[in-house]
Amino acid sequence: MKLEKYAKKVPGKRKGDILLFALSTCGWCRKTKNLLDTLGVGYRYIDVDLLDGEARNEVMAELDRWNKAHSFPSVVIDDDRCIVGFQEDKITQAVGGGKN
Amino acid sequence: MERTEVGDKAVDALYQRLNREAEEGGYHLNPDVGFTKDLVRSLLVNEKRYGYWACPCRLASGVKEDDLDIICPCDYRDADVDEYGGCYCALYVSTEVLEGKKVAGPIPERRPPEQERKRLKEEASKLKAKGAAQPVSLPVWRCTVCGYLCARDGPSEICPVCKAKKDRFEKFIDVGAAFSVTVPVWHCRVCGYLCARNEPPEVCPICKAKKDRFERFL
Repeated sequence: MKLEKYAKKVPGKRKGDILLFALSTCGWCRKTKNLLDTLGVGYRYIDVDLLDGEARNEVMAELDRWNKAHSFPSVVIDDDRCIVGFQEDKITQAVGGGKN
Repeated sequence: MERTEVGDKAVDALYQRLNREAEEGGYHLNPDVGFTKDLVRSLLVNEKRYGYWACPCRLASGVKEDDLDIICPCDYRDADVDEYGGCYCALYVSTEVLEGKKVAGPIPERRPPEQERKRLKEEASKLKAKGAAQPVSLPVWRCTVCGYLCARDGPSEICPVCKAKKDRFEKFIDVGAAFSVTVPVWHCRVCGYLCARNEPPEVCPICKAKKDRFERFL
């Protein structure tokens, strides 16, 4: 899995590879984490503001592939698609809220 | 970068101050107090980290000169409050949101990407280097009630001086007009405040932005 060494794991139902690019200070990022927690899905997240130097560059280079605006939160699902911003309905739908 | 902790007392004190200053200047903090206090806490975290209130919802570079436009209140607040009812992080909201007629949701990023910001900056410095009298780059709005003037895309939602509503403003000067002035006119990039004096003020009397957020207007 990409960026393994920087990502924190939150255990939960397996709904594919969910990687959240976030900022530890951001209100919308917090809401996104809370949503994923409530849905009970397993995911990984990276608080990019807590990284410096090379680590930050590496993570931002990956985020750039998905979201040229480099904005947060960005949720990358199965290394295939990205939801930018706290779009509650889209995130819920994409990570299959409900069915196991 | 270490995780930074900030005490509740400091958060409450800054929340009270920002709320008072916002109301005095014709702005409103988000009425979701829990959400808002989390943002205020993040401002204090960023103050400890970087030395200034970088927007909690944007990745600061740590180089103040490059982050000036996202120091809270950011250069994009007023346009976002006007268009979406809230700023990017939703610390500041419109009257409609304050009154519960509308909800402040997540909005698209108005700040141009890094490359574009660099290009715009270079363009601006080239223009400055030419030294020629520049035409007005933003419309100037006049509060017809008290005479307050500000340069921004649209009028203030509430006049910061007399509290008249937006519909009491009229367009006073249009983009492109050229003037010769006896004293430089400075423009606050955050709230649009204008003043004619040799140097910009230390602090914007309307929105409390610091001197480095002012640019030469005329």
